[in-house]
Amino acid sequence: MDAIILQVLNGLDKGSAYALIALGLTLIFGTLGVVNFAHGALFMLGSFCAVTLQKLLSLSFTVEDPTQKDFLGNPLKVDTPYIVSWFGDATGNAILNWSVPLAILFAIPVMLLVGYVMERGLIKHFYKRPHADQILVTFGLAIVIQEIVKYFYGANPIPTPAPDVFRGSVDFGVMIGFAQNEIIYPYWRLVYFLFSAVIIGAVFAFLRFTTFGMVVRAGMADRETVGLLGINIDKRFTIMFGIAAAVAGLAGVMYAPINSPNYHMGMDFLVLSFVVVVVGGMGSLPGAVLAGFLLGILESFASMNEVKSIIPGIDQIIIYLVAIIILLTRPRGLMGRKGVMEE
Amino acid sequence: MGILEVSNVNKRFGGLQALGNVNLDVAKGTVHAIIGPNGAGKSTLLNVLVGKLVPDTGTVLFNGTSVLGLKPFEINQLGISRVFQTPEIFSDLSVFENMLIPCFAKRDGSFRMHALESIASEKDIIEKAEHMLAEVNMADKRHMTASSLSRGDKRRLEMAMCLVQEPKLLLLDEPTAGMARADTNNTIDLLNQIHDSREITMVIIEHDMHVVFSLAKRITVLAQGTPLVEDTPDNIKGHPKVKEAYLGEAAA
Amino acid sequence: MLGLSKKDTTFLLVVIFLTLATPILLQPFPENSALAQFNAGYPDLMQRFAIFGIFAIGFNILFGLTGYLSFGHAAFLGVGSYSVVWMYKLLNYNVLPGLVLAIVMSGLFALFIGYISLRRSGIYFSILTLAFAQMSFNLAYSVLTPLTNGETGLQVYNNDPQVLMSEGSPTSPHFFGIVMNEATKVDVGGWQFTFSNGYYFCAIIAIIVFYLSLRIFRSPFGIMLRAIKTNQTRMNYTGLNPRPYTLAAFVISGMYAGLAGGLLAAMDPLAGAERMQWTASGEVVLMTILGGAGTLMGPVLGAGFIKYFENIFSKINDSILHSWFSALPDGLEDFVVFVFHPFIGKGWHLTLGLLFMLVVIFLPGGLIEGGNRIWNVISGKNRKKKRDEAAHHPKPTSHVN
Repeated sequence: MDAIILQVLNGLDKGSAYALIALGLTLIFGTLGVVNFAHGALFMLGSFCAVTLQKLLSLSFTVEDPTQKDFLGNPLKVDTPYIVSWFGDATGNAILNWSVPLAILFAIPVMLLVGYVMERGLIKHFYKRPHADQILVTFGLAIVIQEIVKYFYGANPIPTPAPDVFRGSVDFGVMIGFAQNEIIYPYWRLVYFLFSAVIIGAVFAFLRFTTFGMVVRAGMADRETVGLLGINIDKRFTIMFGIAAAVAGLAGVMYAPINSPNYHMGMDFLVLSFVVVVVGGMGSLPGAVLAGFLLGILESFASMNEVKSIIPGIDQIIIYLVAIIILLTRPRGLMGRKGVMEE
Repeated sequence: MGILEVSNVNKRFGGLQALGNVNLDVAKGTVHAIIGPNGAGKSTLLNVLVGKLVPDTGTVLFNGTSVLGLKPFEINQLGISRVFQTPEIFSDLSVFENMLIPCFAKRDGSFRMHALESIASEKDIIEKAEHMLAEVNMADKRHMTASSLSRGDKRRLEMAMCLVQEPKLLLLDEPTAGMARADTNNTIDLLNQIHDSREITMVIIEHDMHVVFSLAKRITVLAQGTPLVEDTPDNIKGHPKVKEAYLGEAAA
Repeated sequence: MLGLSKKDTTFLLVVIFLTLATPILLQPFPENSALAQFNAGYPDLMQRFAIFGIFAIGFNILFGLTGYLSFGHAAFLGVGSYSVVWMYKLLNYNVLPGLVLAIVMSGLFALFIGYISLRRSGIYFSILTLAFAQMSFNLAYSVLTPLTNGETGLQVYNNDPQVLMSEGSPTSPHFFGIVMNEATKVDVGGWQFTFSNGYYFCAIIAIIVFYLSLRIFRSPFGIMLRAIKTNQTRMNYTGLNPRPYTLAAFVISGMYAGLAGGLLAAMDPLAGAERMQWTASGEVVLMTILGGAGTLMGPVLGAGFIKYFENIFSKINDSILHSWFSALPDGLEDFVVFVFHPFIGKGWHLTLGLLFMLVVIFLPGGLIEGGNRIWNVISGKNRKKKRDEAAHHPKPTSHVN
């Protein structure tokens, strides 16, 4: 039992990332009708927002510290981040330490802007083009974004730690009545899961309860009719693209401490996220979220030694295997609508 | 014994009875029209005939063989061709290539791996296709891409593609829908000419009464999924029940 | 001739000539000139042109004709490579048994994957093929290590049986004694031409499979495949069953990919799992689209283009740039080098990505369409002619369906 709970928990953080990326993909697909292969790159850009903020905050100047001497007796040169000298030791270091959560504030405007530019500059010209063209041009864009990031940040992963408070693990088992050290779960992963839940909730609430969201949902169901009502659906869809980009970006920001950002992480996640979207059913938001968590958790179960000893290699292929089975038995995925991508 | 016998066919979609106890007997060589107001079940019936839908109960016999459960391509191989409301042609291919495909399908069946044979060596097929194109007056358009044809020509091409297979039964789903009057009359002439020249059995589903009365030898009126009357055009015109259900003031 | 029309025969002869003369044509600059780095007449590079040309020709039979976009063709490339290396290990370094096995194995594998994946169309088909390829890749890395030698990659060891190996038989890949990595160098004036056995082996195979694809394009089967791309409804109502046609196209293109993979191992006796990764599948998609999907020569051009620029761009470095722009004033020179820097060397993929986007945006028909447009401008051909050509060739625009 405890092993099962542990695996469910382990699956949650990866599942959260899948769900958030798949949610954005589905939003873009459902509203704009565009298959966006550059969505993984947006997730990656989010992670690099965290890296950038961390770098910006730790910009330093060098001072000679008269109180400390090196072994030659000269005053020791010490790097002091500007931020520390401006806000004082305590506040400055706290800001540095909390750079990842702070990057959320930084990432939102950046990602909205990236999304806006991408939609107005490129995607908008592809609404009427075949899906294959959309896939191909966004695939090209993904390569470009990825290579630009690689140019500026190098090819190696950049460790981006979470705040000190969240290092270490929570003994989850004790809380729900198990023995000590049975179910250990890192704090940050818990934070990530809760954060994702909030974002997912916010997106759903936004679509459900605001007029804007209602128009967008109506547009997802029947774009032409909504256009006939005299509502400027295009403008809303542009904003929606920005929001989807921001969701992917935020997923990336908070994922930075779990997986040190590198330039190809976007592609790695993209392939899986597409599988997630298709398993959930193209165009279904709840389907995307459900499938994201489902596949994340299944993946973590498959990597248990007990399972691996029965079916060797299952951890490597479980997601694809499930995807194949679901696509063959439920042609439109778990919650897909009829007629989507079947023309 | 007709060429096509539909007996006791029922089809429900959820709570909606789309077809209720439909019986139909189409005599060989006739032109049989099925008319009825919107939602009368005309299209559902057609989809049953071509294997796209399987009815809940009942039988559909074509030349004595059941077509139920067969796939559309198998039904076509039995000798039933279909013309669609909006012409379904191979729009990226040339007119001539469009004609070749049904010729190959007729000769080679549903699949044949003729990957290394050249088309140029298929003299019989080419001759057949050319002959058919000439018959529908499209020989000069053979190199055009099908998508660049006019609507009327697309319709002609689709008809030619069906006819070149020498079907025993031709199903037409509103062949003049959305056409201008002149095009409609051309289509009527074409269909009459086809019928006269090859004694083919036709089943037409049509809205336009002008078309129906210019073509049909026999008419079945469908209302709410059930056949109301079946008779000759002259009798249908004056039939009070039909007037009431469908023709209304227009025919009166 | 050979069951082709006169026009196609001429076309084929031109292709044969170009392919055989490649070692000379791609070596336009004298050995010691500044432009020698743009020469592409190296055996290694030319072999890649031929091999990836074969890969792309095969992919085009599926994607270009039927419109089914497979994201999993790299799996067949990998199967081909492994088959050939296994034949080295078990028999000897003759490439023939391996290549035969590569085609058979990849064909069977394609039959299996295609049979399942072709139950769906559109993006669902793409995802299914992607899933199968990624599964193969992951398994090749993990549990299938006894077959694939995992991360190290499969290679020949001294203690391998090699039962047909005798005294004096070559210790590297050969075709009945013609050793692949041997070459004749010919110096003419300042030029040096390398005629390598490996290249000619690949080139002759490439010509044969190109001829086969030409026959397929012009056959009734080819028309059926294009019909599938255009309208499956009419296909069905014409009494044709689209499934076996698409499956046959899938298997044929899988066998082409397997042959290409086998040839990779025939040139260099190694097989690694990374050949099966989805990026390799993506590459063949790029090649086909870049050149022009659905056209005969497009995919080959695309493959050559990508492989050439990959090789050339990634070799250029800052000092080469400086030497090019040394005529400029210093400050400007540094600036120009700074601007070009991200696009060269390791930044080659950035150039590729941009180029690819530009092609998709402005030239949906690929390089072939670009060439046609330029040709039409030069020769001032009118529109009617263009329409006629469109009627002869499948539309180059591609779509998932």
